[in-house]
Amino acid sequence: MTGQAGSGQPAADTFPKLLLHHAEVRPGRPAMREKSYGIWQTWTWKQVADEIHLLACGLAAKGFRRGDRIAIIGDNRPRLYWTMCAAQALGGVPVPLYQDSVAKEMAFVVDHAEVRFAMVEDQEQVDKLIEIRDGCPKLAHVFYDDPRGLRSYTQDFLSDYDSLIAAGRAFDRANPDYLVGEIGRGTGSDTAIICYTSGTTGNPKGVVLTHDNVLITARNAAEMERLTDREAFLAYLPMAWVGDNIFSYAQGYVCGFCVSCPESGATVMDDLRELGPTYFFAPPRIFENILTSVMIRMEDASALKRRLFRHFMGVARRWGIKILNKESVPPGARLVYALGQLLIYGPLKNTLGLSNIRLAYTAGEAIGPDIFDFYRALGINLKQLYGSTEASVFVAIQPDGEVFADTAGRPAKGVEIRIADNGEVLFRGPGVFKEYYKAPEATAETKTPDGWVLTGDAGLFDERGHLKIIDRAKDVGRLINGTMFAPKYIENKLKFFPDIKEAVTFGHERPSVCAFLNIDITAMGSWAERNNVAYGSYQELAAHSRVHEILKGHVESVNRDLARDPLLAGSQIHRFLVLHKELDPDDGELTRTRKVRRRIIAERYGELIEALYAGKDEVLSLVEVTFEDGRKGRLEGRLKIIDVETCPAAGQEDRARQAAA
Amino acid sequence: MTNAPRLFNEVLLEAKNISLFFGGVKALSGVTFDIRKGEIRAIIGPNGAGKTSMLNVINGFYHPQEGTIRYKGEMRRAMRPHRAARQGIARTFQNVALFKGMSTLDNIMTGRLIRMRSNLLFQALYWGPNQREEIKHREFCEQIIDFLEIQAIRKTPVGRLPYGLQKRVELARALAMEPDLLLLDEPMAGMNVEEKEDMCRFVLDVNEQLGTTIALIEHDMGVVMDISDRVVVLDYGRKLADGTPDEVRSDQRVIDAYLGVSH
Repeated sequence: MTGQAGSGQPAADTFPKLLLHHAEVRPGRPAMREKSYGIWQTWTWKQVADEIHLLACGLAAKGFRRGDRIAIIGDNRPRLYWTMCAAQALGGVPVPLYQDSVAKEMAFVVDHAEVRFAMVEDQEQVDKLIEIRDGCPKLAHVFYDDPRGLRSYTQDFLSDYDSLIAAGRAFDRANPDYLVGEIGRGTGSDTAIICYTSGTTGNPKGVVLTHDNVLITARNAAEMERLTDREAFLAYLPMAWVGDNIFSYAQGYVCGFCVSCPESGATVMDDLRELGPTYFFAPPRIFENILTSVMIRMEDASALKRRLFRHFMGVARRWGIKILNKESVPPGARLVYALGQLLIYGPLKNTLGLSNIRLAYTAGEAIGPDIFDFYRALGINLKQLYGSTEASVFVAIQPDGEVFADTAGRPAKGVEIRIADNGEVLFRGPGVFKEYYKAPEATAETKTPDGWVLTGDAGLFDERGHLKIIDRAKDVGRLINGTMFAPKYIENKLKFFPDIKEAVTFGHERPSVCAFLNIDITAMGSWAERNNVAYGSYQELAAHSRVHEILKGHVESVNRDLARDPLLAGSQIHRFLVLHKELDPDDGELTRTRKVRRRIIAERYGELIEALYAGKDEVLSLVEVTFEDGRKGRLEGRLKIIDVETCPAAGQEDRARQAAA
Repeated sequence: MTNAPRLFNEVLLEAKNISLFFGGVKALSGVTFDIRKGEIRAIIGPNGAGKTSMLNVINGFYHPQEGTIRYKGEMRRAMRPHRAARQGIARTFQNVALFKGMSTLDNIMTGRLIRMRSNLLFQALYWGPNQREEIKHREFCEQIIDFLEIQAIRKTPVGRLPYGLQKRVELARALAMEPDLLLLDEPMAGMNVEEKEDMCRFVLDVNEQLGTTIALIEHDMGVVMDISDRVVVLDYGRKLADGTPDEVRSDQRVIDAYLGVSH
């Protein structure tokens, strides 16, 4: 049965119905794998359906009723996924929680969602629920998967997975038709899941998604990417994240492919290699880490291997991306690429566990073009998408053959995207969430009556019709002449250069854009070593004129990039300076997650900003710094201000060229 | 961690009047104490107090000049370490003693050696009953790997692992012997707080779930007071005190030995 996604499933509008469908159509195909005791264990669709049947009956025996909510807490484990489906079979709603949340954070969600049941992985999670139980009186039953360390626990609301299954078996014998009836009563408009989003401000909000939201969105994307029941997917991202629910659960159920759970969080890379998935999702950070580890290991390889690697990576960058995009490539280049495939790309992909990859997604933040190109050059079909919890993930996806490092792609199937007058991205489609749970005001603020969702992200459509996300809408400013200024977008472009560690740009209500830069001491230090540049400290290297030359080149290349976009061409960087100290969370300049705190930097370095705009060549800076042991000191430095060439905007350049001709 | 003091009656090992000399150096003099089945027994004391010597006496590495040891009701004086291992005494070392070039899994498998029946030749052939035996032992090792949460380093050569993990592998190897009595020589030395907490949890889990009796030497008083049922204190080769953590903590002689007294 190699069916295309979505075909021949007319009545299956809920997860449990899909489960029954697969158990009938492909009973012997693998549905789920998990590595335990060093061996991959496999469950077929038939086995999974039987297990979920007993599990659902067990929940029913414990008093789980239509509309009840069950918290699901733990690493990606088959039994936790099955609990989701079992709860849905009874018309209940799974509420997955982030497994590394502390008890207090869990208390809010458990209380807010009025959770009566919980299925958790192990002792760690049980302990947290015991801790918060006094504040959450509704929580009546806690089930656990792994009994380790829990033998001496005597609380009567605790019971293990096996006893739940046993209760299910007894219940099923007494009421043989109960569950089938309950599954039949479910419809696509029922709530399928509540995903709590980690709000950066205030309490998390519970995004209510229906079966239709999740399944139609998952099916649309699967059809577009031509996913089949032969895909292999590794479920390793937190179950509480909507993306995991779509990729590892919904798309698995829509297409009937096999989802595998890693042995533990620490073994993901090994498990990836053993499984060789065909379909993969990872945030940019992970792709970056993989690339870094490859590069470090190549440095230790023998000279011959290093030369081969460098040569064939050059070939790959030149031709690999074109071959992947199915552009026309001369036969000679194809031959050399094939040789590279044999010698370098094949073995490398094998080591990374990416040999069988047909489709890989990344999303969440901007990915560096070099990193992006590296994977595509190897023949890995890595694509970007733009999504949100409120959309059941997919808002925009890059179609095959139209993959660019700097866009989020075209609107996904069935999704409409509109750019509001203030630059904010709005979307409407089948995946749009029902509401925020018990928060009608927040729902009204985000979702218009006719179904448009405000994302809070500023974006634009480029000349290719691709969506570009540039910044959070509230951070986007205007220059005095009215040009749009998206600080994070420009800063990200700067930070893609390994030499630049941090960048802060200014321009809101200013005549032009200026920037502070921090050099990356590792990257620049290694450059200095190779070029016999002597330096004694960070401050000294940051003030070196040859370093300034290099950075100036980087800034100018960012300017060229910006000039290509008519909307952003006006926000090119005119002047910059290199800070004499690294921006540091200890000084409050960065958050602990290393996000720039603009307001504080503007206060601390007010005179530097003034100097940038006053046209001075040099400025004396005196700042207070906090050392690691908490002592404070003062750091003094004379900083050079560097002027940068700007490019004419794309349209003007063409006109200029025409005029010259 | 345990709220009410647990009660243990059956004596697993009894050391009576143990004295040990190296030439003129008296490492242990007339030490008497017992280890009861199922408990976690800590041996503490300042540097050079004779703690490791005591462990070495228990597992037969040193032979005391005076005194007797009764283990599982059997009297013995001189015993070789491999005999001790066969009788169910396993240990870890103060300085990690693993096969650095071998993988974690292979290191743990060496712990199964005393339980293997087939000879070297048949093992090399990996056929028939020997294959079945190896699979059985591998399964046991995998359970320990799961128990100590070291799946990610299963195939990593031990020499490449950080110290805290090497200690854990050593514990795994000792557990692979399915010991009745587990001797841990400073299992948490050189570890950071998080690693220590993990190790504490593992020691408690081993004790609780596998029912293994544990005797451990440890310098971190917080750890000792937290996890052990009874504590024996040595100083200059003599027994200074013996009792529950609370009793030992309030013993004036122990306080003097640790904090020093003005003479």
